[in-house]
Amino acid sequence: MNVALRIWRQADLGAAGRFVRYQLDDVSADATLLEALDGLNERLVALGEPPVAFDSDCREGICGACGIVVDGRPHGPVPRTTVCQLALRAFPAGATITLEPLCTGVFPVLRDLVVDRGALDRVVQAGGYVSVRAGAAPEASAIAVGHDTAERALDAAACIGCGACVAACPNGSAALFAGAKLTHLGRLPQGQPERARRAGALVAAADREGFGGCTLHGECQAACPKGIDLGVIAQMNRDHLGAALSAWWRRGRS
Amino acid sequence: MTLPRSGSAIAPAREAAPPTPHAAGGLCGREPSGPLAARWERRRAELALVGPVRRRRHQIVVVGAGLAGASAAATLSELGYRVRCLTFHDSPRRAHSVAAQGGINAAKNYGNDGDSVERLFHDTLEGGDFRSRESNVYRLAELSARIVDHAVAQGVPFAREYGGHLASRSFGGALVSRTFYARGQTGQQLLLGAYQALAKEQAAGGVAMLPRREMLDLVLVDGRARGVIARDLVSGALETHLGDAVVLATGGYANAYFLSTNAKASNATAIWRAHRRGAAFANPGFVQFHPTCLPAGEASQGKLTLMSESLRNDGRLWVPRRPDDGRCPDAIPEAERDYFLESRYPRYGNLVPRDVASRAVKAVCDAGRGIGAGGHAVYLDLTEAAGRLGPDVLRERYGNLFEMYERATGDDPLRTAMRIAPAPHYTMGGLWVDYELMTTIPGLFAIGEANFSDQGANRLGASALMQGLADGYFILPCTVAGYLAGTSLAPVAENGPEPRAARAEVQARLDRLLGLRGRRTASDFHRILGRVLWEACGLERSRQGLTAAMDEIAGLGEAFWDDARVPGGAGELNQELERAGRVADFLELGELMCRDALEREESCGCHFRVEHQTADGEARRDDDHFAHVAAWIPGAAGRGPRRLTEPLSWTFMTPVERSYR
Repeated sequence: MNVALRIWRQADLGAAGRFVRYQLDDVSADATLLEALDGLNERLVALGEPPVAFDSDCREGICGACGIVVDGRPHGPVPRTTVCQLALRAFPAGATITLEPLCTGVFPVLRDLVVDRGALDRVVQAGGYVSVRAGAAPEASAIAVGHDTAERALDAAACIGCGACVAACPNGSAALFAGAKLTHLGRLPQGQPERARRAGALVAAADREGFGGCTLHGECQAACPKGIDLGVIAQMNRDHLGAALSAWWRRGRS
Repeated sequence: MTLPRSGSAIAPAREAAPPTPHAAGGLCGREPSGPLAARWERRRAELALVGPVRRRRHQIVVVGAGLAGASAAATLSELGYRVRCLTFHDSPRRAHSVAAQGGINAAKNYGNDGDSVERLFHDTLEGGDFRSRESNVYRLAELSARIVDHAVAQGVPFAREYGGHLASRSFGGALVSRTFYARGQTGQQLLLGAYQALAKEQAAGGVAMLPRREMLDLVLVDGRARGVIARDLVSGALETHLGDAVVLATGGYANAYFLSTNAKASNATAIWRAHRRGAAFANPGFVQFHPTCLPAGEASQGKLTLMSESLRNDGRLWVPRRPDDGRCPDAIPEAERDYFLESRYPRYGNLVPRDVASRAVKAVCDAGRGIGAGGHAVYLDLTEAAGRLGPDVLRERYGNLFEMYERATGDDPLRTAMRIAPAPHYTMGGLWVDYELMTTIPGLFAIGEANFSDQGANRLGASALMQGLADGYFILPCTVAGYLAGTSLAPVAENGPEPRAARAEVQARLDRLLGLRGRRTASDFHRILGRVLWEACGLERSRQGLTAAMDEIAGLGEAFWDDARVPGGAGELNQELERAGRVADFLELGELMCRDALEREESCGCHFRVEHQTADGEARRDDDHFAHVAAWIPGAAGRGPRRLTEPLSWTFMTPVERSYR
């Protein structure tokens, strides 16, 4: 099939960017969008032109490196599919496909479609873990974890940290990302001792990084390639409120 | 009574390791002696300690942040060392460990099915066809249970039985159920556990994480590893990261084949640069082909996709009995199907190890009974299990794998048999390390897939996660201390002669790459290299094929430096420059892979030389001549690489001919 790619080109962080259109003829409908980009890049390199920079690694939808806004939607039009798994057959023949970096105020564009998502790592560093040292763990089955509890924790833990939720949100909120981590750890017995502190710390860190607040638009769950839903945000709000109330109680209700 | 001083050991100290503890032509693995089960305990007691206050004075450079690197960096920081951790990804959570699917082995015996440390050791040693070091394998089996304990404590949501206890399943090469899993995304969950430990230590200030950095050279001072030269992939600046020890946790090199299950950017540059500085490279020809991957399709295809071995718990491999049978799988009656693994290997059936399964797939395809485009694939059929167990049970076990398959092919595996084919997946070869995970360069350690590992000539499924985490959480933190306590290191300055010289060499190489103004892309060379390796150094190898391949690869290497093209400059985010550097290294490594496969005149595990096979087509090992690790060091200028050997011996069990029949 023939498609045109309209791609955001930007030399570096400080440079002005613009869209450039590339015509691709005779590409297989079974090729993924990123394979089409690979092909385009080989053509550009052979001509001595700078290829289109984009992040991508596993090509299986699990590493979260690829996050490209395709026709206005992070990861493109197919639900629960990362852009690395997005086959061209999802587009009509002759389509013009627009590719942009994940644009939010918090992810600076480093080049073309590559952004810096370090802010998400810093949110996790604020407390998105269980504080246990190697060697200190009890026997794995010592604490029983219900089958459904483990499954629901895994649903939330499936987050790949791609940042699509942030880019999809009109507020640029990272609530789905933070909520997924809080839900993953908050559901498990191992996560209980730090649960309240974790909720406060992650929410504060997201604020510090400049992510917006959540007003429950729900665009994040529509964009999430792993099907993580707004339930994790409800969980985050509950834990956060609980943490605030207990702090207030400890302070003597002042 | 006097307490041991910091730096002294409880047990009588071994002699301090001289920089090169190896006799001419041979390598010494420095295993402890005594009964197998006591060896690691004994070594831990012998290893000197570094006192808590002194640990802060030691900086350790960890390259790579996958399961091995992240777990090592986090644990070293927990102990109080200052750690610099480099990754070429934008975040440590993206390391390719994330893509491991099926599970992690641990000798827990929760199934009450006769599992034990002894049995895991036995299965791993035999699965590797007796080409690994028995002390290492035993230690791995011993530590396996603690890894799962630690992961659970970190909040890794392993699958649970309804009673709340850990669920397990079986993997190839085992008759017990010892593989723990989180659906088909176990690697992701274990990596997130290690990533979160790393985040915790970053917050505590012990780990300085340096994302988007690629190691391009090793800094040696007085023959010891003292740091790395890395390129900041955003600004292009060359940086020097110095330390008292360097740990390489940069994964394997299956991407030499261009098409593999490895992530696109997985590469051999870090270990290859270390090898060029003198670190021995062990068993480079040992490459595992995973039997169940999505078959290669279009020419535009950039990589191959793994379908977890765990599917062989419920899935059955078959091909039509009649060659060139064009019917769709549903239309082929039971009597006309050949369940070739079940008939050839009745005891293990579909759960034979990967090397055996991959070769069996190749055999039926070579006989003209393969299916799909080119006849290179076979069926992996879960439809019978779906009827027996119901689709919900299977979805819970393999949900994300089914989605991945359906997205790629448009078929639902619960209704139609999946089509699968072997693909390069894991490299048992890697930097040679001794029992303490140190390479032949003092102060340079290699862990995880980057070392030549405990996997012998074939790794069993669900053992890679186990090895990476055993190395990172439990082994390296002890052995690094032993090295640091027993070594006196002079301070090194960033602008000292050695770092300056290394930087200049890296700069010269980058300039040379950027000066290439030919007509062909790096990927073009990589694709050809992959094809040559796949044909000559793949599932089957022959003297003739390997000899021809070495010439071809050498020619390809020369053509690369003549006719490749690398656009852009050094001082910018330049992904084509990154790619070209990696391909240039793969071209050199590819030749060594073939050389190693050529010199090993036997068949063992993944390494199947057509000249050495039994009457019924199984591998014929030659313990009289090849019961050793082959490790290569660069030759003097103008000379080829030198082959050193480390003899292998077995005290616990006598090597037998592997049989899964």
